Amino acid sequence: MMRENPADLLPELLVLGAAVMGLLAGSFLPRARQWIVGLLCAIGLAGGLVAAAFAARRTDLMTFDAFMLDPVTHVTRVVVLAATLLVIVLAMSPMRGHRRESEFYVLILLAALGTIALGATSDLLVLVAAYLLASIPGYALAGFGKDAPGTEAALKYFLMGAFLGILMLTGVTLLYGLGRGTSYEMLRAELGTAPDGAVTVGVVLLLAGLLFKAGAVPAHFWVPDVTEGAPPVVAAFVTTVPKIGAFAALYRFAAEALPPGAGDWPPLIAIIATATMTLGNLAAFAQDNVRRLLAYSTVSQAGYLLVPIAVAGRTDLAEPALLFYLAAYAVTNVGAFAVVIAVGRDDLAAYGALVRRSRLLAISLVICLLGLVGTPPAAVFVGKLLMFGAALDGRYAWLAVVAAVNSVASVFYYLRWIVPAFTGDAEQGRGLDRVAQWTACLAAAGSLALGVGSGVALTIG
Amino acid sequence: MNVLSLVIFLPLAVGLGLYAVPRLGARAVTWTWIAACAVDLALVAAMWIGHGTDGGISYETDARWIPSVRAGYHIGVDGLSLPLLALTSLLFLACAIYSLRQERQVRAFAALFLFLQTVSLGLFAALDLLLFFVFFDLSIVGMYFVIAGWGHGDRTRSALKFFLYTFLGSLVLLLGFIGLYLGAEPHTFDMVELTRTPPLAGSAGLAGLVLLAIGTGLAIKTPTVPFHTWLPPAHTDAPAAGSAILAGILLKMGTYGFVRIAMPMLPDAWRRYAWVIIIVGVISVLYGALVAYAQEDLKRLVAYTSVNHMGYIIVALGAAGAAGDQAARRLAVTGAVTQMVSHGLITGALFLLAGVLYGRAGTYDMGRFGGLAGRAPVFSALVAAGAFASLGLPGFSGFIAEFQIFTGVIGSGGAGLAVVGALAIVGILITAALFLRLLHRAVLGPPGELTARVTDLRPSEAGAIVPLLLLAVVIGVAPRLLLDVIEPISATVVSLVAR
Repeated sequence: MMRENPADLLPELLVLGAAVMGLLAGSFLPRARQWIVGLLCAIGLAGGLVAAAFAARRTDLMTFDAFMLDPVTHVTRVVVLAATLLVIVLAMSPMRGHRRESEFYVLILLAALGTIALGATSDLLVLVAAYLLASIPGYALAGFGKDAPGTEAALKYFLMGAFLGILMLTGVTLLYGLGRGTSYEMLRAELGTAPDGAVTVGVVLLLAGLLFKAGAVPAHFWVPDVTEGAPPVVAAFVTTVPKIGAFAALYRFAAEALPPGAGDWPPLIAIIATATMTLGNLAAFAQDNVRRLLAYSTVSQAGYLLVPIAVAGRTDLAEPALLFYLAAYAVTNVGAFAVVIAVGRDDLAAYGALVRRSRLLAISLVICLLGLVGTPPAAVFVGKLLMFGAALDGRYAWLAVVAAVNSVASVFYYLRWIVPAFTGDAEQGRGLDRVAQWTACLAAAGSLALGVGSGVALTIG
Repeated sequence: MNVLSLVIFLPLAVGLGLYAVPRLGARAVTWTWIAACAVDLALVAAMWIGHGTDGGISYETDARWIPSVRAGYHIGVDGLSLPLLALTSLLFLACAIYSLRQERQVRAFAALFLFLQTVSLGLFAALDLLLFFVFFDLSIVGMYFVIAGWGHGDRTRSALKFFLYTFLGSLVLLLGFIGLYLGAEPHTFDMVELTRTPPLAGSAGLAGLVLLAIGTGLAIKTPTVPFHTWLPPAHTDAPAAGSAILAGILLKMGTYGFVRIAMPMLPDAWRRYAWVIIIVGVISVLYGALVAYAQEDLKRLVAYTSVNHMGYIIVALGAAGAAGDQAARRLAVTGAVTQMVSHGLITGALFLLAGVLYGRAGTYDMGRFGGLAGRAPVFSALVAAGAFASLGLPGFSGFIAEFQIFTGVIGSGGAGLAVVGALAIVGILITAALFLRLLHRAVLGPPGELTARVTDLRPSEAGAIVPLLLLAVVIGVAPRLLLDVIEPISATVVSLVAR
């Protein structure tokens, strides 16, 4: 008996409702009062968060034959909605009075909606639809500033997304043919008997799209350009939120659609993970632009996030590792971008003696960056701990060693940013963005709270 | 919240409190810092009296932290942690007193040291691997900022090298901890449970790998040859108080980890690879002493003697895993723990003295001094006392420690261990030679080019350094105070390794 209760999708419906109402209201409101749309969207997100939190208390079930309500979905929902809410708050002051202010909020909400669907679906066709919904607003957002770097970024983002989306669609078609269906249940039952080589080709093609969303090698080329070229708020969004849905989708596909041993999944993902973290780190070394530095840092973080995906189904630690790491990464990464937005400059020199301009902001920067390294007690530490545990328990000890070496290497470029903030010469920049400053502090505090309170978070999740 | 949690988190709370009060003067900050350290030391002393000399764990707290991986906020003290807790609070107090004349960014400096004190105390009290690791990692971050912020010379580079090297060690250690966690049935990070039923007892290969990971991680922190290369630059460029803490406390985290974690939790692997450990220790002893002999720079000299002194501890702990007489092995472990305390006191004092020299003359180059005895008699007397204490002269704590180590190692029986003991004694000879050479060049003889700049100790400096050396003498003359606490735990450790 198929369950079709719209109330199961209450968080999504709230976000969709806010987006639609925002679009309508935005058409009538004068420019000076467009901020009401932002408020409306924030309320929609907050309502969605509450609804998602209540939904997380119920038993697992599947609704509309394609939408799973299980811990992966709950965490995806909560993290996506919370991160999007933070981004909306960050956008309030830079977007204030912008000619397309209401469109900005609506596009962000629609992309977030697509991201949730991406992580929650257990059907390949819905996966493709969710991919498009998560991507297309993203392209528009990348070019939002209508300037040369933004346009270049948007074009690059769009072309890569369209190309890899087509590959993904081909993979879906192939898997549909091999598995006689698009639902993960069906695929798991049928793919075991299908020709192994063909399944591998289908899986690789499907990966193209998901790795694009995740910002992983070899589909990572858009990440630095979009992060640098798009407005900073958009950069914070596209390097944080779509990843969450992509990793949830990757995990779900590995755990629910692939029969054990099919498609050479673990070695394939392990190699991609190694390449992603290593290339991300190597490229980050020489960056003098903090946004490019953060962009490559998010690429390397994607590599660590791929580790639990590689051992999905081989250890009980894979799921908590992935979900906790996602939440930890989201709050820490948004915090780091909030510092960039607060300072308003991209070159490393602008961060000289930041501690003298705002002690709290400098400390937030340290907590977020050392948090990304995996220093306890920040949240990413617990994520990395679970990730190492999952790799060792899943018999991928070499992958844990690679991840450890990469973590050490990453210290180098994060410190290049931290050190001048405390010792460098003060450069008289413009004032700090107050809202972004408090968001950065909030995110840093959240990262610490999530790390220290990880016991509580893991018990609920 | 019991008294141990208070001891651990009091410094951190005071450190944060320093920022809560606006416009606090530099003197007020330092005096608050000193007061906090003094209260903490008094509390540790009270705990010492309360603990008595039994072998069990007291002041235990076990709260849930991350129950899904069975990691908890589990802390407690026993005969192994108590001496190190006392050393930590004493040395941090000495550094606070020494810093009375500190002028640059006093509040941040005090807050950072108070943070480091919480981290160090927490590490020595932790009875959970994850909690241990949290403190282990944070000690690196704290010390990084001390060196990068208040060091001199090529400080950024030295601090970076320190961070990268020891952070690598900490991650290798973390992998080892996860190995222990996965090897235990049921999975747990709790040290007491892991000690009770050693994990990976059935699979020798995996246990060896886990010991390799944990051993490498701790060896980098200790440091032993060949992982010691981060130490000399970090020490040379750190401020005096930072060097004292780095050598006195942070290095002990490595050796403490061997006794607390590696030996009782991987007894089979420890016994199987005992000779590897002994050889690494002997090489550290000899190499550290020889390289120290060749140094012109006072701080590098003391840094390399640290490698030498840590080597004795490793030799003793390795010998505790080799076959042999039970009583002798207990003696070796007792000596090793005594050496941790003794080295903390003496090297802490020597680094503070080196800091005095740098503060006056702006260099550590021994060749440019000479005849300091006439110019700064108190300073020279303390340097001489520190040097004699460090080379293991009877009457100082170093002698008690090293005598027990040698007796224990040689007494365990076997020609191999006798050779090891003989080689280690050669290390003592070299150390004696290099300290005498130091005294000849810097303290005695004709005045050097910079001697005129050196004025004698100020009260705050003497107040920081004299108690450390005094305590080294007290332990040297009346060692029972310390040994009564350590001996029950070394008996436990030896019997755990022999399982």
